[in-house]
Amino acid sequence: MGPPSYAGSLQRSWYYGFRVICGLIFIFLIAPILVIIPLSFNAEPYFTFTEGMLTLDPEAFSLRWYEDIIANPQWLHSIKNSLIVGFFATLLATTLGTVAALGLSRPYMPYKQIIMPLLISPMIVPLIISAAAMYFFYSSIGLSQTLPGIILAHTALGTPFVVITVTATLVGFDYSLTRASASLGAPPARTFFKVTMPLILPGMISGGLFAFITSFDEVVVVLFLAGFEQRTIPRQMWAGIREQISPTILAVATLLVMASIVLLVTLELLRRRNERLRGIRA
Amino acid sequence: MTSTTANDAIIRTAEGVPLKLKLLRTTRRNRIVAFCLVVPLLLFILVTFLVPIAVMLLRSVDNPIVAETLPQTVAALEHWSGQGVPDEAAFAALAEEFTLARENRTIGRAATRLNFELSGMRSLVTSTARTLSRGEQGPYKELLIEIDGRWGEQKTWATIKLIGQRYTTVQYLASFDLHYDAAGRIVAQPEVRQIYVQIFMRTLWVSLLVTVLCLLLGYPVAYLLSTLPSRISNMLMILVLLPFWTSLLVRTTAWIVLLQTHGVINDLLVWAGLIGDESRVQMIYNMTGTIVAMTHILLPFMVLPIYSVMKTISPSHMRAALSLGANPLVAFWRVYAPQTVPGIGAGSILVFIISIGYYITPALVGGRTGQLISNFIAFHMQKSLNWGLAAALGTVLLACVLLLYWLYSRVVGLDKLKLG
Repeated sequence: MGPPSYAGSLQRSWYYGFRVICGLIFIFLIAPILVIIPLSFNAEPYFTFTEGMLTLDPEAFSLRWYEDIIANPQWLHSIKNSLIVGFFATLLATTLGTVAALGLSRPYMPYKQIIMPLLISPMIVPLIISAAAMYFFYSSIGLSQTLPGIILAHTALGTPFVVITVTATLVGFDYSLTRASASLGAPPARTFFKVTMPLILPGMISGGLFAFITSFDEVVVVLFLAGFEQRTIPRQMWAGIREQISPTILAVATLLVMASIVLLVTLELLRRRNERLRGIRA
Repeated sequence: MTSTTANDAIIRTAEGVPLKLKLLRTTRRNRIVAFCLVVPLLLFILVTFLVPIAVMLLRSVDNPIVAETLPQTVAALEHWSGQGVPDEAAFAALAEEFTLARENRTIGRAATRLNFELSGMRSLVTSTARTLSRGEQGPYKELLIEIDGRWGEQKTWATIKLIGQRYTTVQYLASFDLHYDAAGRIVAQPEVRQIYVQIFMRTLWVSLLVTVLCLLLGYPVAYLLSTLPSRISNMLMILVLLPFWTSLLVRTTAWIVLLQTHGVINDLLVWAGLIGDESRVQMIYNMTGTIVAMTHILLPFMVLPIYSVMKTISPSHMRAALSLGANPLVAFWRVYAPQTVPGIGAGSILVFIISIGYYITPALVGGRTGQLISNFIAFHMQKSLNWGLAAALGTVLLACVLLLYWLYSRVVGLDKLKLG
């Protein structure tokens, strides 16, 4: 490491100066997320570091906000709702999206130029417009303020991610494998589950994760569609920020950061597996 | 293939079907199979997403309330020249339908709808309907003008005639701060009611500013990540990806914690003695808060596309330029930077598109001055219940976004849309 040995003094100072600037930008990116973690262990109901916390006094730290989550039926209910909605929306989105991606990747797919933009439109349309439209639609068929309504809405929002990731995985897919399977007498379903799916599984999982995080993090549609009973975690946080702000939100936020770290690691492992399988890197 | 004679030019399959025909059939079968795989999702998206959006956008021109509540009045006004006040027939129809609508409890909706166009109409309509329901008799022209002098004014009737149209363009005019004056000409709204052009401009300006800030912050980071050895750059990439994967509300909360008047940054400044305890800086619940939080949230969307383009640029280009005697700045500007333009284009359009429709962050940290167009759409959807105007504003916003996406697909290609 370090600047090349032939660099002059101006180049040297630029070399280090540039790294300092980038370091500051990295701090800008990561510091807000890191700051909330210690603050969630605050013993006082404040959003800032108390003197005790700065001197690392164990008295200044506590788990009271985490206990608050467990003791609060509203939070528990919203966690349950988020998981239910996320699970079913992901399941539906991954199934529909993968099947569609298989069709889209076939060489003979007709009208692809028209269909593709339609399928990814839920990702393009600003959420507030989607939310307003869905509010009218689900009210008219009696599905507003129900969990199935939110599940269907989140499925629609999640499918573009599955379509995009699975289509990308299918680029360069060796169709002679499925032909070999078919010529050996396997019916299409068996070919899919035994040959195609193991190969595109990384794409399916990362698409599914995208769909899950879309649902898990989505608040605009929930604001319009959900009643009090259907509040999800982001909806509960929204209420927390707008109405009664308490460090419980920071405890929830910390848990969500932990969840996204797990997610990040999962995706990275999937990416490596995918590269290994396709022989991109030995 | 015993049946084939030597001079039969048509190639046949084992079953004797001409190969050309067989191929055509197989291709057609393949097309049908491929299409059938896509159909479930296509139908699902059509029914749960695209049709609802189309229906919602139609609300911007659909205007049934007054036409349904006061059909006779609207019909009688059709012959009215628009000068002075209409004749007795219109007054009589109005009085009759007001009484009827009050019994059916539909008068409130009509009054609210009229009030969006001309303030004061709500109270005028409801109070007149209340008086009429006491069983007053005609001639109605004198009676109504006696109840409230505004029934003798031309603009009251012009408003009813305008809003009585079943399909209307008033919502689109309102989206651009225009309206029909009493004589039916399109003119600018009075200055106190002009907001939406300003909000659209503000939204575009904020989106542009956030895009430029993201570019200024994202470009160096992408450059550093693409030039470092992959072991280190993979580690640093986590710093970009972790915010990307962290919940939007968590990041917005984090900025509230940092920026509020008794938050971490203000405490730090006070502790360092840079500002007094009484003169804490207001950095949130205003435009600053919106811009800072949006830049932070959208920065990964800028870094990732630029990084993926920079990764493909061979370092030998720069070395060649330098060895040929170019000054490092010139070499960067003439050799390196032009090759990163596709990444800059992709990242910038993406960030701009996302920021133009942004709702959550401005709503939570924007205060009064940091609200964008989405927040006004939400306001008309949820608070003022002026759904027609919400739909018209939404249509304008959607048109902007679709235009930008078209641009994006020309610059980058929609199939190159990559995630993570």
